[in-house]
Amino acid sequence: MFEDLRDLYQEVIFDHNRNPRNFRVIENASREVEGFNPLCGDRLTLYLDIVSGVIEDASFQGSGCAISTASVSLMTEIIKGKTESEAEALFSQFHKMITTEGEVDMEAVGKLAVLAGVKGYPARVKCATLAWHTLDTALKNEGLESISTE
Amino acid sequence: MSALDVLSIRNDFPVLAQQIRGKPLIYLDNAASSQKPNSVIDAISNNYRFDYANIHRGVHTLSQRSTDCFEGAREKVRAFLNAESIKEIIFVRGATEGINLIAQSYGRSTIGQDDEIIITMMEHHANIVPWQMLCQQTGARLRVVPMTERGELILDDYKSLFNSKTRLVSIAHMSNALGTVNPVAEMIKTAHRYNIPVVLDGAQSAPHMTTDVRALDCDFYVFSGHKLYGPAGIGVLYGKQALLEAMPPYQGGGDMIRKVSFQETEYNDLPYKFEAGTPAIADVIGLGAAIDYVTGIGLDNIAAYEDSLLCYATEQVNQIAGLRVIGEAAHKGAILSFVLDGIHPHDIGTLLDSVGIAIRAGHHCAMPVMDFYQVPATARASFAMYNTEQEVDILVSTLKELIKVFR
Repeated sequence: MFEDLRDLYQEVIFDHNRNPRNFRVIENASREVEGFNPLCGDRLTLYLDIVSGVIEDASFQGSGCAISTASVSLMTEIIKGKTESEAEALFSQFHKMITTEGEVDMEAVGKLAVLAGVKGYPARVKCATLAWHTLDTALKNEGLESISTE
Repeated sequence: MSALDVLSIRNDFPVLAQQIRGKPLIYLDNAASSQKPNSVIDAISNNYRFDYANIHRGVHTLSQRSTDCFEGAREKVRAFLNAESIKEIIFVRGATEGINLIAQSYGRSTIGQDDEIIITMMEHHANIVPWQMLCQQTGARLRVVPMTERGELILDDYKSLFNSKTRLVSIAHMSNALGTVNPVAEMIKTAHRYNIPVVLDGAQSAPHMTTDVRALDCDFYVFSGHKLYGPAGIGVLYGKQALLEAMPPYQGGGDMIRKVSFQETEYNDLPYKFEAGTPAIADVIGLGAAIDYVTGIGLDNIAAYEDSLLCYATEQVNQIAGLRVIGEAAHKGAILSFVLDGIHPHDIGTLLDSVGIAIRAGHHCAMPVMDFYQVPATARASFAMYNTEQEVDILVSTLKELIKVFR
């Protein structure tokens, strides 16, 4: 059963949903941004520690569906150690991967590739991008913010 | 289990005879919108094919035919609601527009600064937001009837909300998020003791039970065609004639006037005073066909069948470990809202869809209900007269499989 969904729900996604990485609060984080998808009720708070333009640490709190939880969990892993502009570039590749048929540098997206299946499920794209829109807001604004995907 | 010939009913709904992702469609999203029988589809297409023209004032044959069918549908609605007169039946786009009409016409002409409007905690956004807008315009306030954990309104609290500032009560006959059927007859009696008119939102209840606006003695009642196996974009506002007579028009335009000059306009009689512009002619006729269809089967028969189906489904899902039913009122319509431990409703929705089962996952336009139960969303299976125990069995066994996949 559910064989048709292997593209969307890969084992890695279940794994991150069960055991989300970096699921914690960073005390005195340099950026703390809340993301909200009112359609699903998904809600997350993203914490970033940025030192001289480099994301030294990233974590999150909140709850959402498996796609959104796996997406934010994977994101916090992959952006650590990247500069702000590298993280923005990654967002743009990721966004392209799940919304268009265009050429995507799969090497650049690395393990985010497990989310490529979302493209076949337009209703779920927002689940996968909530984390990244929240990151985008965090990188563009200093301090505390709140964003909504609707 | 029932007096219904479900197989023959299913054969009347062409959309049901299809496969989704290789599996027979199991359509359990009826509270959002129900499917359409051939008779409704034919009534609409036959109007366009053979009889269509603009209604009222036409001197040619097609206009007369369309007018007769259109006004014939109004009489069907009157009988369906047991209203006294066709003057009390106003065609609108749906329950939402009906409530907005009441808020902007009745509300703005009778409700002012510091007045109070009573609604309940389990309302659909359509029965919250129009009143909030009215409150912003007038300085009135919303008062909200609380509910219990089971999803039943607390009637003592309702009674204690009435005071000299109370001007209007607006309540759902049946909750779309919980399935609760509210004790509206008793609530209307309470309001009338204070001479306060009551609006009933019948969007959910109309397809599932007999409605008698005179027995209920509600002052206004709204419902949508698309949940009653009829077309989308058409609905009905019922209002007591005396109230409607006293209300100013909602929109201006053609058909709602008797005489227009640049100095002044004389408005048309009821119900036309509230029907500006060319209406959704074919859709009104389609709604008439939908009413013929459900009354042919019998609303009481439909209610009895759906009730037994809901009981069966509730029994079955209660055996699933980690499943919690949201909304356990003693009197419920055929709606089963639930959450599963550790599995988000949107994942449930996507996984069920992959085997042909259509449910709804989300806040069901009732965010205050989600806040009350402290859940971001629920999964909701909502049944209609064409659903079967066999479909419930497939839903339940699929849910069990789904839980295994997530463990």
